[in-house]
Amino acid sequence: MTSQNIVQFDGPTILKAENVAVYYGDKQVLRDVMLSVPTHKITALIGPSGSGKSTLLRCFNRMNDLIRGARVEGQVTYHDQDLYDPEVDPVEVRRRIGMVFQKPNPFPKSIYENITWGARINGYRGTMDELVERSLRRAALWDEVKDRLHENALSLSGGQQQRLCIARAIAIEPEVILMDEPASALDPIATLKIEELMHELKENYTILIVTHNMQQAARVSDYTAMMMLTEDRNSATVIEFGKTQAIFTHPRDRRTEDYITGRIG
Amino acid sequence: MSLRDAAFESMLQRRQLRGMIFEAIAFLAILIGLLTLALLFYDIITSGVERLSWDFLTSFPSRRASRAGILSALAGSVFLVSLMSIFAFPIGIGAAIYLEEYAPRGWLTDLIQVNIANLAGVPSIIYGLLGLGIFARLAEPITGGRTLLAGALTMALLVMPVVIIAAREAIRSVPSEIRLAALGLGATRWQMIRGHVLPYALPGILTGTILAISRALGETAPLITLGALTYVPFVPDGLRSQFTVLPIQIFNWVTRPQEAFHTNAAAAIIVLLAILLSMNALAIYLRYRFEKRLMK
Repeated sequence: MTSQNIVQFDGPTILKAENVAVYYGDKQVLRDVMLSVPTHKITALIGPSGSGKSTLLRCFNRMNDLIRGARVEGQVTYHDQDLYDPEVDPVEVRRRIGMVFQKPNPFPKSIYENITWGARINGYRGTMDELVERSLRRAALWDEVKDRLHENALSLSGGQQQRLCIARAIAIEPEVILMDEPASALDPIATLKIEELMHELKENYTILIVTHNMQQAARVSDYTAMMMLTEDRNSATVIEFGKTQAIFTHPRDRRTEDYITGRIG
Repeated sequence: MSLRDAAFESMLQRRQLRGMIFEAIAFLAILIGLLTLALLFYDIITSGVERLSWDFLTSFPSRRASRAGILSALAGSVFLVSLMSIFAFPIGIGAAIYLEEYAPRGWLTDLIQVNIANLAGVPSIIYGLLGLGIFARLAEPITGGRTLLAGALTMALLVMPVVIIAAREAIRSVPSEIRLAALGLGATRWQMIRGHVLPYALPGILTGTILAISRALGETAPLITLGALTYVPFVPDGLRSQFTVLPIQIFNWVTRPQEAFHTNAAAAIIVLLAILLSMNALAIYLRYRFEKRLMK
């Protein structure tokens, strides 16, 4: 069952998965997942393709609800509140736990409207101009777009679009930002900018990031969770969790070591 | 190794030849289509253009061909189609939104979807019979019988499947990333639809509705079944007024033995064609406008 390689993090945690299992129809894709996400840190989910990293990520803001036939079992909590309590509206969850997707997906509207839309639907009371500037500054995009706020967001480069998506997410003041391979569609320079941005963001936000890129996990994250298919290859789980430095230098699980050193995966 | 290879080249020539033959066939196909259309236009315009005049547009039908005009038919067509739009578009687009965004997937939804596609293929005269039975007879206390209202309701039924199908296609073409982005920001389903899905799908929906209007403008059979009159010397003055439409007026004139009425029919066809083509042009223009606004 639960691996002995899961270090229970003893600092403040914001999100917790306990014995989480996810099914897509009849097929079980995740089992026995235990994970604590430390507050105001960057936690990376790494592992080979098909090891359920994105699936686990989407458990934390109930995006799996949108996939037909998906079912989540076990307990997922945010500040010790059950995210899957029948009383909890997923809309409320997603307001607290924002998301940045793999492919930059700005709305086909102006840069300005991309920021204000989420705030407006969530009943933001305040000056929109200020919100737009503050969000874009935090996403390190302000200087590049301040003179073209009313241009269509699709006219930005891929890296700018992704930072706009981050700005859009933080404009509704979430506590956690989930990032699903946010830099995989970007070139190395744009990737670097996103990584620098993540470092700044962890002052105010907790970040959980899925990444395929081992160097990226090593560079940006404070904690790392290693995911892997189980022995029978039917479903996946978290096999090791700990400080990123420890995982990358002294992995306790043989499979983690093989994966990190490039022997499998 | 040499680049050129005789055996390969002779085969390659055959491969290229096949491509050219297919291109020629395809070209012939478009040529036949265009030529037929050109011939049709030429025939209609040469036989009807002399009759076109302001008087022709503003006169009521008459027993004397030289004094007859299409005012009542033109007004009837415009009123009918406008009234039809009021019924058909909100219901059609609403149904499309429900089917695409809310309906649970299952055999029932599939059945409904297949049947909407089937309804689009039902001969229009069947709708005429349905309209006659329901709107003109059963609902006579409301519609007043064979009136503009009954005609518009019948036409609304006729074009509804087309509207639903076009709107569904348009809604389905909205990228899922945009939906996820909206929901990920804590939008409710309706906020996502209102804020992103509908604006994105609007050009497609609009094209569908305008094509539906074009179809309704040209339909004759259901209105004849319903009992739209062929001789209407007045402009409809209300929902429960009797009426005629352009295709019926044209049909009426074509069946007369006198040559002069045939000229009238040709002139009326030019008017009908002009309206149809401008509607289609409008559809294309609106689509272009909205798409540009969306992307730039």
